[in-house]
Amino acid sequence: MRRILWLVVVIALLVALDMGLPRVLNPYLLQILVLCGINVILAVSLNLINGFTGQFSIGHAGFMAIGAYTSAMFSLTVGRGWVSALTAAGMPDAVASGATLLVALLAGGALSAVAGYLVGLPSLRLRGDYLAIVTLGFGEIIRVLILNIDAVGGARGLPGIPGWADLFWVGLGVVAVIALSRNLAHSTHGRALFAIRDDEVAAEALGVDTTSYKVLAFVLGAFFAGVAGGLFAHFLSYLNPNSFTFIKSIEVIAMVVLGGMGSISGSVVAALLLTLLPEVLRPVKEYRMVIYSLMLIVLMITRPQGLLGTRELSLDWLRRKRARPAPGTSV
Amino acid sequence: MTSDTRVRLTLLWFLLVAATFALGCGGSATEELVIGEFGSLTGNDATFGQSTKNGVQVAIDELNAAKQGKIGGLKVRVVVEDDQGRAEEAATVVQKLINSDGVVAVLGEVASSRSLAAAPLCQNAGVPMITPSSTNPRVTQVGDYIFRMCFLDDFQGQVMAKFASGELKLTRVAVLKDIRQDYSVGLAQYFTEAFKQLGGTIVIEQSFSSGDQDFRAQLTAIKAKNPQAVILPIYYTEAGLIGRQARELGITVPLIGSDGWESEQLIQIGGEALNGCYYVNHWALDQPDPKLQEFLTKYRTAHKSDPDAIGGLAYDAANVLFASLERLAEQDPESFKGLSSKAGTEARRAATKKLRDLIATTTNYPGATGVITLDENRNASKPAVVIGIEGGKKVYKASISP
Amino acid sequence: MSEFLQQLVNGITWGSVYALIALGYTMVYGILRLINFAHGDVYMLGAFFGFYTARALGIAQHPSPFGAILVLLAAMAGCGLVGYVIERLAYKPVRRSSRLAALITAIGVSLLIENAGILLFGADPKFFPQIIPSHNVALGGGVTISNQQIIILVVSLVLMGALRFIVLYTRVGKAMRAVSHSHTAAALMGISVNRIVSFTFVLGSMLAAAAGVLVALQNPKIEPLMGIMPGLKAFVAAVLGGIGNIPGAVLGGLVMGIAEVMVVGYLSPTYRDAIAFVLLILILLLRPAGILGSSATEKV
Repeated sequence: MRRILWLVVVIALLVALDMGLPRVLNPYLLQILVLCGINVILAVSLNLINGFTGQFSIGHAGFMAIGAYTSAMFSLTVGRGWVSALTAAGMPDAVASGATLLVALLAGGALSAVAGYLVGLPSLRLRGDYLAIVTLGFGEIIRVLILNIDAVGGARGLPGIPGWADLFWVGLGVVAVIALSRNLAHSTHGRALFAIRDDEVAAEALGVDTTSYKVLAFVLGAFFAGVAGGLFAHFLSYLNPNSFTFIKSIEVIAMVVLGGMGSISGSVVAALLLTLLPEVLRPVKEYRMVIYSLMLIVLMITRPQGLLGTRELSLDWLRRKRARPAPGTSV
Repeated sequence: MTSDTRVRLTLLWFLLVAATFALGCGGSATEELVIGEFGSLTGNDATFGQSTKNGVQVAIDELNAAKQGKIGGLKVRVVVEDDQGRAEEAATVVQKLINSDGVVAVLGEVASSRSLAAAPLCQNAGVPMITPSSTNPRVTQVGDYIFRMCFLDDFQGQVMAKFASGELKLTRVAVLKDIRQDYSVGLAQYFTEAFKQLGGTIVIEQSFSSGDQDFRAQLTAIKAKNPQAVILPIYYTEAGLIGRQARELGITVPLIGSDGWESEQLIQIGGEALNGCYYVNHWALDQPDPKLQEFLTKYRTAHKSDPDAIGGLAYDAANVLFASLERLAEQDPESFKGLSSKAGTEARRAATKKLRDLIATTTNYPGATGVITLDENRNASKPAVVIGIEGGKKVYKASISP
Repeated sequence: MSEFLQQLVNGITWGSVYALIALGYTMVYGILRLINFAHGDVYMLGAFFGFYTARALGIAQHPSPFGAILVLLAAMAGCGLVGYVIERLAYKPVRRSSRLAALITAIGVSLLIENAGILLFGADPKFFPQIIPSHNVALGGGVTISNQQIIILVVSLVLMGALRFIVLYTRVGKAMRAVSHSHTAAALMGISVNRIVSFTFVLGSMLAAAAGVLVALQNPKIEPLMGIMPGLKAFVAAVLGGIGNIPGAVLGGLVMGIAEVMVVGYLSPTYRDAIAFVLLILILLLRPAGILGSSATEKV
């Protein structure tokens, strides 16, 4: 009952935001806000793999690309037909396109999750840097594949994707990924993931099925990266393989590391920060990337555990009470 | 300092950043004309963005020298934004230019993919956008606020095919394209279609990714098929190296390129290997056209190097825009005033609509890259030039009209 | 047949480029267990240092073997210094942090060098002067190779030998091996770990510089982003051969070069960038320690 209430409140709030914000903010700021939301989903989902489970994935752009292209192709081929059929049947336009978008996002997320499963498998044998390089390779392979598939436009890109995703849907995605991460962190499964991160051998000795948990982390992380990709596609209405390069993966990793590996709120804050920072640095254009990279280095030197470490921001904490360590933090 | 306070300080900083960010935005009524330019100043395609910026800069310098940088009494200010060569960044920066800077018109991009990402935003906001050098036909099909200063890929493909088949009497050629550039993929396709129609055959099609350094594998495969020429619809950044490696492997037939070849660096990098090769271009720097020579002199003084075609087209795009603004100031001062009103208002929209109409009627404008007349599809219909490379010099060969 | 042989020669010569870059990679990784993402960018810097030296000394106009060696030495000295600075300022402070923090720092350094390069050198490609004039050598059967390609191949083999000698038969090499096993134990044995790590970095960066100059000689187009892809693939090559293993890096480089060229020649050129990673995933699944690497069990 409480959950349904929460859901209603969240949806009402998002609808209000979706209606209200365009009156206050200009389209540019709205766009930044939406991109912030997409980056939050990416960062929090990568945090499931890198932060919670201590795996080493640097191919998140690949998962995002799979989700983006799958959902875009879905909308372009069947989705548009659904919407016109539904509206003809008397359904309001926003609801029809929303429902179709939801299916498209789930389709993108699902295929991405399958890819996550496939990439997760080598993680049974590989650790640390080796896994990192495999995921990096995976991301590159996906990009090269997309460049080679003529049906999705190759290098010319994929234009004309219906622009159904707005603040509401991105907000819903953000809420979903955060809620899932939070609940996971407080469940048995979450503890198992933390145990693997802190000491894999010990976790295995204690009877944690490390294999399936590691793959689970990959599947969940990939699913949400795919959803983020789908939102990205339906927001910009245009896709190009160059949006999903190695650099994109690096940006997401930077968010997770900056926020603190394993901290959900940290990932959120860092995703916001790293999306806004380049915008703030726009007046210095050519120096922007230099400053960005310098800040990354300085941050790693001065605070390698990230802004929040493994802690979470909470109301208690903001009331200056002693912060409780997040579950799973090694003492 | 405890780590808690440090976290809090960081958060505080974050809030500050957010606040500055919020304050820095919001277009208000101004006494200046703000023009937006976006391009890839960093990233893999940084050369394109910087050439564009240099070309536009020459136009601004001219305006500053001749009219104290003013049009119709208003100071012209160009805001340049970097899209890092990414489509989503292009969309973001154009939103910023339109909504935060309140620009009256937008110049850019080189890559059609990024122009395609930005064009719908300009169209919806009713802000004219002039792309200097996006050659994909779809760009101007987005809507009536989108213009272009150069010829289209399909036309260029035909010109290359005509030249290869008509002038050089070739029937069997190989194509080597850049799979990462939409420009190259599109142009290769248009060339192939046109060349086949003229009765030619493509004996082999090979590809590479921009940034590659080694093309010997592709060239060896091409050599095995004995083509009469190798068609390279690519950018100069790779063309020079490909030329060198082709000669090393014993490929002696001519290489035929496209407007992407136009750059000072082409011959520097390619050296003797490129002698006897041809490429299609917007201009021939050795032609005596006064407008062209004037631009060349100014560009060389300002940037200490020769412009590439991208720079020349950007210069023309800026000038066509300036000329249209001036016409608006003369013919319709009332509307012109509307350009300095707040972005998003009715007066502003009406004024940019007038500006759009005037850009659309651009006829016989003498540009550095030739005489510019915009057709009903808002594309500049200009003849293409074929350049031959002889003894390390670019020599004008032929003009082929649409 | 001659086409196949030519492709094989292409593959070997291109692979020797990877081998050259991979040598530096594998050394740094062997000592520090750090994927030095900036290695590819140091390679780029090497090419640019060579470019400016050649221009400043007028070697571009009057090519001579002596001038070529001078350019090479200048680039190596410059990059050695850069490597030292990078290690001291960026990597040393994070050495005790998590592996991921170190990796992010490396990525930050890489981005910094690339973007500073765009600012300083300009984004447009530059022509690297032909300090050793190129001429073709016919190998018979229509197969050709250029003298510069031969130089690269020979230099990477010589460097491989020299490195192996340093690591196996000198005091410094012994210390390097000790540090690679355990920083703590090495320190307890009186080895100055910091000095050895710095030495490794300087050596690795000098190797990258040599690679930069030699590759720029063969493919005379240099630009600030030229190091990204070769750097990444050279790392893959190092892993392929068995990371930390010096002959393995050369072998891995050659295998990668041949594989890439064969994919272009006989499959589809568009999959060139993918094949390196496919190969990598395969080898890691079948033989995680790489072709020549010895597998080490994870210590608990």
